[in-house]
Amino acid sequence: MKRFIYLLWFAHEHVAFRIHEIESIASLLNIPIKWLEPPSDEPWYLVELPSEEAVQQISARSVTMRRALQLWADEPTISKLHETLKEKCLNGILEPFKLKSFKVDVDLFCNSQTKEEKLERIESFSYIPFEGPVNLKNPDVTFQYIEYYGLDPKNIPEFPTRTFFGRVVAESGRSLIHELSLKNRTFIGNTSMDPQLSLLMANLGKVSNGDLVLDPFVGSGSLLVAAAKFGGHVIGTDIDYLMLHGRTRPTRKQTRHIPRRNESIEANMVQYSCVDKYIDVIVADSSIPCWRSDVEFDCILADPPYGIREPTERIGSKEFLPIVKKETIHFPSKVDYGLNEIVKDLMKFSSKQLKLNGRLLFWVPVFKQHYDESQIPRHSSFKLIGNCEQVLTTFTARRLLIFEKIKMPEDTDECSCTIPSTNSFREQFFNWDENRLTRKEKKEAAARNKELWFAKLNNINVK
Amino acid sequence: MKLLTHNLLSSKSLKNVKVGYPLRIVAKDVKISEKEFNMEFVTKMIPKLDWKVLVEAAIQIGHGNGLPEQLVDDYEEDEDLLKKIHHILMEVEVINGELICPETERIFPISSGIPNLLLNEDEVS
Repeated sequence: MKRFIYLLWFAHEHVAFRIHEIESIASLLNIPIKWLEPPSDEPWYLVELPSEEAVQQISARSVTMRRALQLWADEPTISKLHETLKEKCLNGILEPFKLKSFKVDVDLFCNSQTKEEKLERIESFSYIPFEGPVNLKNPDVTFQYIEYYGLDPKNIPEFPTRTFFGRVVAESGRSLIHELSLKNRTFIGNTSMDPQLSLLMANLGKVSNGDLVLDPFVGSGSLLVAAAKFGGHVIGTDIDYLMLHGRTRPTRKQTRHIPRRNESIEANMVQYSCVDKYIDVIVADSSIPCWRSDVEFDCILADPPYGIREPTERIGSKEFLPIVKKETIHFPSKVDYGLNEIVKDLMKFSSKQLKLNGRLLFWVPVFKQHYDESQIPRHSSFKLIGNCEQVLTTFTARRLLIFEKIKMPEDTDECSCTIPSTNSFREQFFNWDENRLTRKEKKEAAARNKELWFAKLNNINVK
Repeated sequence: MKLLTHNLLSSKSLKNVKVGYPLRIVAKDVKISEKEFNMEFVTKMIPKLDWKVLVEAAIQIGHGNGLPEQLVDDYEEDEDLLKKIHHILMEVEVINGELICPETERIFPISSGIPNLLLNEDEVS
């Protein structure tokens, strides 16, 4: 069987997620990938794939990738690249595309170019015997030229360390990121997940057509939108009644004073025309699952609350007080529910109600300096596939954990999660600097200073 | 709430409830909206369903027409049947009403299509 060499060209963000995404998509689509270079942090993967169709299928789902090229030349220097290309043109590599309309794109990685320099670079390929017209807007075939200047922006070499030229065979699914932009979404909350990460999660969770996908901490439903875009039928639960009914405080600063109207997860699904994939959302406490015991979900995606912007709570009360029955509605009280408990409950629940070989994905917040591998949650029924970090602030990060269910649950299953929580993440988040003053303390200090200053001023005047 | 969701929900987390399934439905408003038929989803979903409960629920809210009492084995071949099942699962929706626990008669309200299964703090087992 004839196989082809392709260059998968990536956007340089969320680098840690890249390999997991490509592997997940390939295994989901059942496409064998042969790595021609071990995957690295450099913004490309050089792979051998069975057909152009296979590349297109992988690209269409990927959101870390930009586009895929059928590689025509791959050389360490510019002059060598031109030599190789000239030779290949003589051998007739251009024949099938000779008469088609075309354009040439130029990418410089870790360097920049002016418009003139770009034109100059394009002109340098004038020896290629194109006969078709140039068409910048909608060409039949696009060529891509790439110069790579390393990964260190503080130390850019004079000449590129590697150059590529190839024919673009597929664009990636990144256009979905703009389509699902939070800026234009009908309903968003305080902690709506960024569309790229949501789409990434759906890919890493191997969501495919007809799957039943659950988000037990649904919030404003960002994970569901992404999962539905990739064919999953989605269902979610959340403890926050007001959130699911779209009646929380408005999130957008410009419209803070206007109450939400007709906002709901379903409205988002309608906006993105995937309401056909929307099943339901339910107000329920994830610590006490409300599902029939033998229901199996195909994928469970979650972004549990970290206790910073959304509280970590479950139904319960600290004291065993009797509930006074009144005619009015009773609002159940909530107690604090530590992050470790949330994660353990989530894993125990998933061990029972996720299909075998199904994936469970969730985020955990960590303090970078206190983090080590041993804190990561474990469960005998799950295998850790990936653990990718997204930096949030100087001191904090969150990690996306990808688990695959490897066996059915047993009574002897062990489950542990020891993310340092003696000081909860929230306390540390706000108290990392011991000398930091609270807003109230700052105000008091300012008032004191003002008084001192006035006193001083009066003194001067008296003199 | 769609009948698909109803088929998956139980009240087993209530104190002293053993099975808590199926929940009884009292439907005040029922909405029918057209959804695109996805054969793969329906065929994948059927083994996860409790068929008897689905048929009973459909009859309870007055949309049980044409659903066979017993599910035939070769349902995958029968596109008409699959379309009917799709209609019952995804297109019929209870907007306002109640879900009632079969063992304790605890009422869970459904409003704007969203069931509220929150328990009170003294009901947690």
